[in-house]
Amino acid sequence: MPEITYRQAVKEALSEEIERDENVVIIGEEVAQYNGAYKVTEGLLAKHGPKRVVDAPISEAGFIGMGVGASMLGIRPVMELMFWSFAYVAWDQMINNAASLRYMSGGLINVPIVIRGPANGGTSVGATHSHTPENFIANTPGLKVVCPATPYDAKGLMKAAIRDNDPVYVMESTVLYGNKGEVPEEDYIVPIGKADVKRTGADVSLIAHGRSVIMSLQAAEILENEHGIDCEVIDLRSIRPLDEETIIESVKKTGRAVLVEENKPFCGVDAQIAYLIQNRAFDYLDAPVQRISAIDAPAIYSPPLEKLQLPEADVIVKKVLKIC
Amino acid sequence: MNSINSSEFLIRNVESEEVSSTKKTTPRKTKNPNKADLVKEAKLPINKNLTDEEKIGFLRQMVRIRRFEERSLRVYQQGKIGGFLHLYIGQESLATGCVSLMGENDHVITAYRDHAHGLGVGMTMNECMAELLGKATGCSKGKGGSMHYFAPDKNYWGGHGIVGGQTPLGAGIAYALKYKGLKGCCMCFLGDGAINQGAFHESLNLAALWDLPVIYIIENNGYSMGTSQERSSSHPAEGLAARAEGYNMDWEVINGESLFAVRDGVHRAMERAHNESKPTLLEIHTYRYQGHSIADANHKKYRTKEEIEDYRQNRDPINLYRQYLLDQGIITEELNKQIDQEARDEAEASAKFADESPFPQPSEIMDDIYWSTDNNDESTSTGRHFFND
Repeated sequence: MPEITYRQAVKEALSEEIERDENVVIIGEEVAQYNGAYKVTEGLLAKHGPKRVVDAPISEAGFIGMGVGASMLGIRPVMELMFWSFAYVAWDQMINNAASLRYMSGGLINVPIVIRGPANGGTSVGATHSHTPENFIANTPGLKVVCPATPYDAKGLMKAAIRDNDPVYVMESTVLYGNKGEVPEEDYIVPIGKADVKRTGADVSLIAHGRSVIMSLQAAEILENEHGIDCEVIDLRSIRPLDEETIIESVKKTGRAVLVEENKPFCGVDAQIAYLIQNRAFDYLDAPVQRISAIDAPAIYSPPLEKLQLPEADVIVKKVLKIC
Repeated sequence: MNSINSSEFLIRNVESEEVSSTKKTTPRKTKNPNKADLVKEAKLPINKNLTDEEKIGFLRQMVRIRRFEERSLRVYQQGKIGGFLHLYIGQESLATGCVSLMGENDHVITAYRDHAHGLGVGMTMNECMAELLGKATGCSKGKGGSMHYFAPDKNYWGGHGIVGGQTPLGAGIAYALKYKGLKGCCMCFLGDGAINQGAFHESLNLAALWDLPVIYIIENNGYSMGTSQERSSSHPAEGLAARAEGYNMDWEVINGESLFAVRDGVHRAMERAHNESKPTLLEIHTYRYQGHSIADANHKKYRTKEEIEDYRQNRDPINLYRQYLLDQGIITEELNKQIDQEARDEAEASAKFADESPFPQPSEIMDDIYWSTDNNDESTSTGRHFFND
């Protein structure tokens, strides 16, 4: 299987879906002539032409709302947010309109839109550009939200998102764009709502999504090599819908759970996961469920301090050692 | 700190605004264009070939809308309708005139004052009234309510509750038509209070930038809830629609008292959309007799009784149109009465239908959220979608 970058994997998904379905159109700031602010869409304009790859003005509420409207009539817009942090200026379109149209119309309408872009900290761009709003999105019935951590998942989830008939919001990571991984050449999807056991283990379950999966895998190596602790790493991949069975199965096996996310702690995704575990696997737990989130402050600019703010492998190791 | 009292500072004294030699002073309230002249406007190209039957159909439609809403007001007063009820009474010529021009690929989307457009495109009074009562037989199965009527099969895309929130959607409908190569347009209605929302301005820019066949129609009834136009909008002297100049977009101000004038102006915009794929911003002057919603108890405080009476007596679009038909001998007094009685009967029957219809089952709360769960389709999406326990 060829090894390609996360960035290349997303691009391949977009390009192949444009070829597969004439209604797929890419719209976003700098996606066409500039070849993408993070080069995810590089070469797509040249390959597919200006009808399928469209530069939008800096006008998120306008063009995202436009995409929602177009999707009601069967267009499948894939809207790029240069950063997910910019979603907040389009919130009414993304939350009120995209999520509620089906419900308020009694099921007469569906909104097959994809909104994608990076949502991560760790790049010294300050609080306004470092948001990870997957918990906000997952709080809204009608929306689906996925956070791929590897090139394989990035491509497979992107294809599933584009083929899905509901609004799917895909959160990538600029920190992961350069990561390489094996991606098959043949067509495949990763179903939305299916977690992945990225590493099997017997002593403790590390449950994570997005970049925290990579950090958890690094921590698992250290814990095995230096402490003889056998970690299982569960990659949620999808936040909503959620693969509860994989989580519960793992925790029942290991009896310990450490939840890792780059989200802020209060009402973060892992608050829901922790509730789930105590509700369905209480009798299997040998220790309280642990959480690691980003430190509960706006993302700090100062590069060395921002590194401390995010859940890195050493923090995960310490937390695991507390309960193992 | 200077001593400006911020509360006084923000009150604009329209009367005392001085004329500056360097800046053109603009009136804060746009004037209703020429007085309605239905005899003259009936001879305009888009109207001159209308048959008597078609002309009578427009009256029937306007009367149906009014009688439906008057009946819904009584239902509201009986406590059977939840939340808000925004009535269109006084504005009927707008929705009726615009919808009368729709072809196969022409679409409509509007804000929360949405009953008239729904009835206009052919939704039944029964489904509309039942929706107000939150019944399972409502157009949205009781899930949308007054502000959220939808009939996509009739090219009607709602019914939207957030002021200005529908304006990017309108651009999107037009975008989809253009993308698919269909010769059509989207008429996107909004109130005069929506013109200061950012989403609207972003939509105007996109529509003009990308030549989208969308017609933004400001239904200017003079008040954004309780705030008059002169207290809410700064705009060129020629009208609210003149803001389109800033986006290099065509615009026009229309007198909504006359159904024929509405058809004439909207038709021009439609031709532009169909033939040149160009957007237009229209402002149609009209008036609502009721408050912003029926919960608006103050609507006689922020405007005068005389103002409301003037519209009722002299500018009511149904009265003017009816008088035209009578004067021209197109209808008799007898037919006029019959049309009115039929509309009352239909509205009455819809109230009965809605009353007797069942509420949705509690289990239906969980339907119509995701296409994939509604259709038990796991081809792209599986796992837990809902988190109720």
